[in-house]
Amino acid sequence: MGNPNVGKSVVFSRLTGVNVIQSNYPGTTVGYTQGHLKIDQQEMDLIDVPGTYSLSPACKAEEVARDMFLDENPELIINVVDATNLERNLYLSLQILEQGLPTVMVLNMWDAAKRKGVHLNLEKLQEKLGIKVVPAVAVTGEGIKDLANVINEITLKPAEHISKIPEMDDNEKWAFIGQLLSEVQKIEHRHPSILERLEDASVRPVSGVIIALIVVFITMQVVIGLGELLINYILDPIYYQYYGPFITKVVENFIPTGFFHDILIGSGYEYETSFGLLTTGIYVIFAVVLPYILSFYLVLGFLEDFGYLPRLAVLLDSIMHKLGLHGYATIPIVLGFGCNVPAMLSTRILEGKREKFIAATLVAVSVPCMAQTAVIIGLLGPYGIQYILMVYGTLFILFITLGSILNLIMKGESPEIFFEIPPYRIPHMGTLLKKTWMRVRGFLMEALPFVFLGILAVNILYLVGVMSALSSLLAPIMSQMLGLPSQAIDALIMGFLRKDLATAMLAPLNLSPGQLVVACTVLAASFPCIATFIVLIKEIGIKDMLKTVALMLSIALITGTILNIILS
Amino acid sequence: MITLVELENGQTAIIKEIGGGSGLKNRLEVMNIREGKKVKKTCTAPLRGPVVIEIDGCKMAIGRGMAKKVWVEEI
Repeated sequence: MGNPNVGKSVVFSRLTGVNVIQSNYPGTTVGYTQGHLKIDQQEMDLIDVPGTYSLSPACKAEEVARDMFLDENPELIINVVDATNLERNLYLSLQILEQGLPTVMVLNMWDAAKRKGVHLNLEKLQEKLGIKVVPAVAVTGEGIKDLANVINEITLKPAEHISKIPEMDDNEKWAFIGQLLSEVQKIEHRHPSILERLEDASVRPVSGVIIALIVVFITMQVVIGLGELLINYILDPIYYQYYGPFITKVVENFIPTGFFHDILIGSGYEYETSFGLLTTGIYVIFAVVLPYILSFYLVLGFLEDFGYLPRLAVLLDSIMHKLGLHGYATIPIVLGFGCNVPAMLSTRILEGKREKFIAATLVAVSVPCMAQTAVIIGLLGPYGIQYILMVYGTLFILFITLGSILNLIMKGESPEIFFEIPPYRIPHMGTLLKKTWMRVRGFLMEALPFVFLGILAVNILYLVGVMSALSSLLAPIMSQMLGLPSQAIDALIMGFLRKDLATAMLAPLNLSPGQLVVACTVLAASFPCIATFIVLIKEIGIKDMLKTVALMLSIALITGTILNIILS
Repeated sequence: MITLVELENGQTAIIKEIGGGSGLKNRLEVMNIREGKKVKKTCTAPLRGPVVIEIDGCKMAIGRGMAKKVWVEEI
């Protein structure tokens, strides 16, 4: 347990080997993760808890922390504190110690504290608190061994690690902390580093906006550039020269023709649009979407670990207030460009039901995930960047309009932001790569079954004639409102399973660029994919979810119609 | 006494009083924004945005409405 952004998750994964996403901003962990730990034949379960400033919660994530603490009857507490900011961290520590449980304190970011000129008398600190204190640099693993030893000691003799500090009220706690620190801590004054200067510049009106624009520009360049590089030089050649011919031969050896042949390889690997499980299915996931997912998460991970996101949140706070949100909602929105699922989860860092609803709806309607972006780039790229901009421009207008409208019609006001801004830190390469890998693996695990299921479903629905029935039923809407051929309905239906696959299904229809813009926008704004759908129900409840979906469908239809009128 | 909103960017002050209810006071207090603490106002975000302050080397963003309830004395 500990304050937000002190590195609890890093300590946790160092101890248990269980990987959890770690970043440099408060609110990275919003649920809890359980892991297993074994020291000297002793087995125990360890729980990674979201950060909190006190045991009286101010948001949902903090509530999770308090409930874990009070309901789970932990046998020992690992209290992680930020060594560079002991005074504030110790307040929660005192609240924890009051509970009379065996506790060990981890002084994390010990290296940063030393660099900042903080000197601590550890012996005296331990003596005053009555518990063991372990200095550590969790990202590099320094001090983790000592921590494991102390944990082992505690399990053998728990009674010796319970603090004897009496219960105190708030004023007494702060007085105690002040007295304690004057005895154990000395701070030398250091000059601000270049990074620290950059920290302030990122939030100031003029320089902040310039920096934000540069960050967005570089992000786009790197994501698209790296993605294309991977596709053109690695994945396309592998697919067309080795994988395609190979898999076709294998399948044709066993099943020369018929239903299963068609389901597995469709009309052949040479065509992007063959809709075989092992041809288009594999191609869309690995050679269209995966490269962009990889490059996006590398850049996002860098920005997260560097500490940029909370500053973007401060910078955009005023604008977000006009949309019924506040600055911190920037974080779910940015995450949404990767995948809408973690974005929905991270709406937990917002305080109220109203903000959660608005943020979730805005992300679902107007933030296309990377998988979808990848396919949109693939489809519209050949016709020129202006078409891609049309899709994103429309979504951006939707974002602003919908936010302003929701802000007006929903009762209440968005609360003010109030959060800690972490210092800029140079990202640790190992952690960054590990995080990127976890996210890419997460994408593959989730995408593969759904894409396969989707292709299977399309083939079966065609076979039994459901698709043609639906197509003729909805054809008038499609053609008159959206200006799309009736076959495009298949793609829109598929959008419920996987957005990337659905968008890819538009490829064989020979649509004009204008029609593609309409279809891509409608797909992006209409239904959430099934994974997002499930998380939405969990996060905002069935009633609000139905509202969101109704909003999405009507918005998608209206926007599609307007776009169709403009473009045709 | 002036509030955090009126304090000039780059100036340092001592927190004298926190207005508003005990809820606000508590929320600020657990973040170490308390009476008697030395606070530096680093900058203000654009379009009458939040105020960024620094206490003991730790930076925090605080909404204008809240910042208006924190009374300080410049030093």
